[in-house]
Amino acid sequence: MTGKRTLPTGAHFMSGDIACAEGAIAAGCRFFAGYPITPATEIAEHLSERMPEFGGIYIQMEDEIASIAAVLGASYAGLKAMTATSGPGFSLMQENIGLAVMTETPCVIVDIMRGGPSTGQPTLPGQQDVMQAKWGSHGDYGIIALAPSSVQEMFNLTVEAFNLAETYRVPTLLMGDEIVAHMWEKVVIPPASEIRIVNRKKPHVSPSEYAPFMPEDDLVPPMACFGEGYRFHATGLTHDERGYPRTQNSEVQTRLVRRLCEKINKNADKIINVEEVMLEDADIVVVAYGIVARAALSAVRRAREAGIKAGMLRLITLWPFPEKHVARIAGQAKAIVVPEMNCGQIVREVERAAKETPVSFLSKLGEEPHTPQEILDMVRRCS
Amino acid sequence: MVQEVVHPFAKYLRSAMMPHIWCPGCGNGIVLNCFVHALDELQKDLDKLVVVSGIGCIGRTAGYTNADSFHTTHGRAIAFATGVKLANPELEVVVISGDGDLFAIGGNHFIHAARRNIGIKVICANNFNYGMTGGQQGPTTPLEASTTTTPYGNIEHPFNLVHLAAASGATYVARWTTLHVRRLTQSIKRMLQKEGFCFLEVVSPCPEIFGRRNKMRTGLEMMEWFRRASVVENFSDPSKAEISPEKIVVGEFVNTEKISYERLLHEKIAQINEKAMGW
Ligand code: SF4
Repeated sequence: MTGKRTLPTGAHFMSGDIACAEGAIAAGCRFFAGYPITPATEIAEHLSERMPEFGGIYIQMEDEIASIAAVLGASYAGLKAMTATSGPGFSLMQENIGLAVMTETPCVIVDIMRGGPSTGQPTLPGQQDVMQAKWGSHGDYGIIALAPSSVQEMFNLTVEAFNLAETYRVPTLLMGDEIVAHMWEKVVIPPASEIRIVNRKKPHVSPSEYAPFMPEDDLVPPMACFGEGYRFHATGLTHDERGYPRTQNSEVQTRLVRRLCEKINKNADKIINVEEVMLEDADIVVVAYGIVARAALSAVRRAREAGIKAGMLRLITLWPFPEKHVARIAGQAKAIVVPEMNCGQIVREVERAAKETPVSFLSKLGEEPHTPQEILDMVRRCS
Repeated sequence: MVQEVVHPFAKYLRSAMMPHIWCPGCGNGIVLNCFVHALDELQKDLDKLVVVSGIGCIGRTAGYTNADSFHTTHGRAIAFATGVKLANPELEVVVISGDGDLFAIGGNHFIHAARRNIGIKVICANNFNYGMTGGQQGPTTPLEASTTTTPYGNIEHPFNLVHLAAASGATYVARWTTLHVRRLTQSIKRMLQKEGFCFLEVVSPCPEIFGRRNKMRTGLEMMEWFRRASVVENFSDPSKAEISPEKIVVGEFVNTEKISYERLLHEKIAQINEKAMGW
């Protein structure tokens, strides 16, 4: 069953949450399960209206744990599936994000960050979940997380998140914040034919030969879905390539967990996306992401006007961390400035990659993101 | 000439996963056996069957069944199965799990799936304790029963699972013990032919862990209790369906028809699309 309505191709004025919802539909997402939470609720509201128009499914589950579990079930049943939440809900989802990693379930989880910990500040922005994105579930694993800076990127990166999830059979996180979610901006939605869509690769062997977790050269196994006649088993337990539990076997555990990490790490160059602004000759580099990068851009421009050779490295991919990019700019810059709406999260990764180059951290909590002036002042101090 | 003998039900089992992990005298094998019999009698298409389970001894059933199967995290089998059933209503989705998994950590998912009337079939092996983690108290542990975490006797009132299922809106609710193999198989068959949310409780012996601490050391002794105490009271009031040392009320409690959530949903989607055609 496919809907007759089309995507709203052309220029629109919309909020980040709505752009994200439209991006999901454009990417081919046909299953959304969620639980209302500020500031992500409008994604659910919009999809409750739009999904059926495309033959897709919207369901409001009883909680966030159920939402992510249903998303995994729908993905294994063959649909592109998504949920959207905010910090407290993201915390609840962590166990089944681990299950998604372990069972290599393509899916997208949108976390619209607000101030925490706990219920914190439901209507104010934060960047306090970025370490939870990487380390929130137990065990070792690789994951992909993207950080949109604009409403347009809420659309574009939602599409990209689905493509990455399908390519690498990994839950992919879209880490927006309250401002990009609630801000209204111009968004240009290209014709459907111009939107790049990636679908999971399917097995090319007979059901009797199929091993659901046997990787190919890119370390990603082809994926059969329920009802296609492959009759496979998947489990959150440590399993061999056939999907059978091997909980007492350290060799199987090592092979599996290393591959789950390496399918992301070894493909990092293909996954990672950054924006480089005036970096060619920059002495002072601001490393920023999300809404904060917009103030950073303005600060860098003003610094240039004032004769300071400033530049910006905007992290579009947060995980895997763009280590090589940071190392490269660290090699040429005198100082790095990291403004973040938390008490210090991505700055630690920057410090690790920057090695000798001094890194100054500009922390802000609680209300609004950094102003360009605040970042400019820090750039001046470092120059 | 030696003739290879293949068990007639071998095709229903994932032989590469055998031997199973269950203890001698455990009821889980009987549950699996009855499930497989029901599949065979109905000639169910195994390519369209999905078996989902949570964590615990009986949770391994998913892996042992030769169909598409998924072993979820503790308590989440029904939520996962909900996603499967909505995404592809053509699939027969069966959840087989334990009392702790479905009703302690998973209790919220159970009542909401029943309320929505999603067409998944839930089989709960109720062994009154957490067998796999070593026999702790659970949501169905009888009052005064001894478990590894109730060494002085359990003081929590247990759930009456059939009452809970009926009150939550399940369209089929039954309880049998593992002694009632034929009726158990019949109940599974009946569930598999129904549209909405169905629930079957199987009172199941866990001699190794629960029985040993409660004066029933072998599977046989536990089955002896089932034989002595079971009373068939079909369509009786599920709120009165007690489980005690003296009496285990078994039977079919609910069997009604109600349109399933997935059918309502897909009908709604079709209507919206039809309207949209003139748009
Ligand atoms: S611990 Fe109890 S429930 Fe688990 S396999 Fe042994 S007898 Fe069965």
